Amino acid sequence: MNSGSSGRIHALLLRYLYVLRSSWPRIIEISYWPTMQLIIWGFVSLHFGAAQPEISASGILISVVLVWDSLFRSHVSYTLSFLEEMWSRNLGNLFVAPLRPWELMLALATISMIRTLIGMIPAALLAIPFFGVSVFDMGFPLLAFFFNLVFTGWAISQVVTGILMRYGLGAESLTWVIPFMIAPVSCIYYPLSTLPIWLQEVAKFVPTSYVFEGMRALLLEGEWRADLLQQAFMLNCIYFILGMCIFLLAFRSARTHGLLLQAGE
Amino acid sequence: MSVVLETDQLIKDFGSIRAVDHLNLKLCKGTITALLGGNGAGKTTTLSMLLGLLIPTSGTINIFGHDFVKDRYSALKRMNFSSPYVDLPQRLTVRENLSVYAKLYGLNDVKSAVIEMVETFRLTDFIDRRVRKLSAGQKTRVSLAKALINKPDLLLLDEPTASLDPETVSWIRTFLKNYQQGREATILLASHDMKEVEQLCENVLLLRKGKLVEEGTPPDLLAKYGRKTLEEVFLDISRGGEV
Repeated sequence: MNSGSSGRIHALLLRYLYVLRSSWPRIIEISYWPTMQLIIWGFVSLHFGAAQPEISASGILISVVLVWDSLFRSHVSYTLSFLEEMWSRNLGNLFVAPLRPWELMLALATISMIRTLIGMIPAALLAIPFFGVSVFDMGFPLLAFFFNLVFTGWAISQVVTGILMRYGLGAESLTWVIPFMIAPVSCIYYPLSTLPIWLQEVAKFVPTSYVFEGMRALLLEGEWRADLLQQAFMLNCIYFILGMCIFLLAFRSARTHGLLLQAGE
Repeated sequence: MSVVLETDQLIKDFGSIRAVDHLNLKLCKGTITALLGGNGAGKTTTLSMLLGLLIPTSGTINIFGHDFVKDRYSALKRMNFSSPYVDLPQRLTVRENLSVYAKLYGLNDVKSAVIEMVETFRLTDFIDRRVRKLSAGQKTRVSLAKALINKPDLLLLDEPTASLDPETVSWIRTFLKNYQQGREATILLASHDMKEVEQLCENVLLLRKGKLVEEGTPPDLLAKYGRKTLEEVFLDISRGGEV
């Protein structure tokens, strides 16, 4: 990366941080949803824990909810920042500057990480006094789970932003729809074996299913399954590269069809 | 006079519609050229291709000696653009917007560049106001400030004085003329305002249905068509054609 690239990425980061700081309700909202998820699932965990003490003792429900939310937050943060450019009809200005598409992607990923951490850290900290669960006790594996899910979130975002660029704001709802498409086969709240055999085969191609199997192995059996994380990471790399290709193809298609000047409300 | 921008047999098709048809144009250094034409004549499509926002169907674009279709980034650093069809982020202040674009264009002293533009475009009183709270005229001035933040050698403007009051229009025209003369900048201006064209431009290119149908200096065109104003020339050409 040359200094020109880092300068342009820095410029975009500033742009997204300016948007973020311009509205306190927005900053609060980033933490609001993960915190609400935590509270609801915390009580669900306590309820089920009465019958199955290992559920509340291991903190499995709270942990998976928080980690799953990191995927959703990273994806939504990435895509919303891109949507900001469309809502403000700014894509034309950006791409008449010497900005490469990959620089935009890197800036979106960075702001997504910042927003995800702003959202997740308060919720994770609140889980300690409220429910006696510290996801930080997982140590290094937590980082591995977290980064894998954030990585998945970015791969999804690249596809969604590519579709948005090519088909416009009519496709905006995909931002919320797509992550939930993989939720049933991610096996967030139940083990992989719960799924019918044919769906288990589908889940093998979904990186998040390996992450949550790995989390269950660690939290319920105390076993660190590096092999599962490796499989998740390999799948994520494939989907990330695919997502990047889809975004770049969509960018080229938008330039072929003259959509960059028209993009907006 | 050296050539800054040149197109050769430039074509853009949208499906079966030919928006730009074998366009050959040449802009020399330090000139202001008007790109005229009725609605749908191909002005915005041409500008979009010259900015790299649109990939031509065929033909070549050469800007500052670079094959712009294959490598646009070397030229884009020395170019900029303003259009009423593109906005700046509304939630950001004038200062924030200009800072972001100063950085995007790789300027070293961002603060000074921003202050200079704000003073030049008489935006000092609004520097920390969000763009969405500005009047249409103030927004146009911010957009022009953004277009000049990197002191471009080639400036492409789409209706730069649309929706402005007469005093601001006059001020902007004078500014653009001074900028062109002071920096030997090349300006391509798409406009419907014939007075503006007469006042500012050395050359006029007239498009109809994507084709370049007339080219020349304003005095040459007035003489050729025996008219007193460019508006009459424009109407002659438009009515004489199939438009």
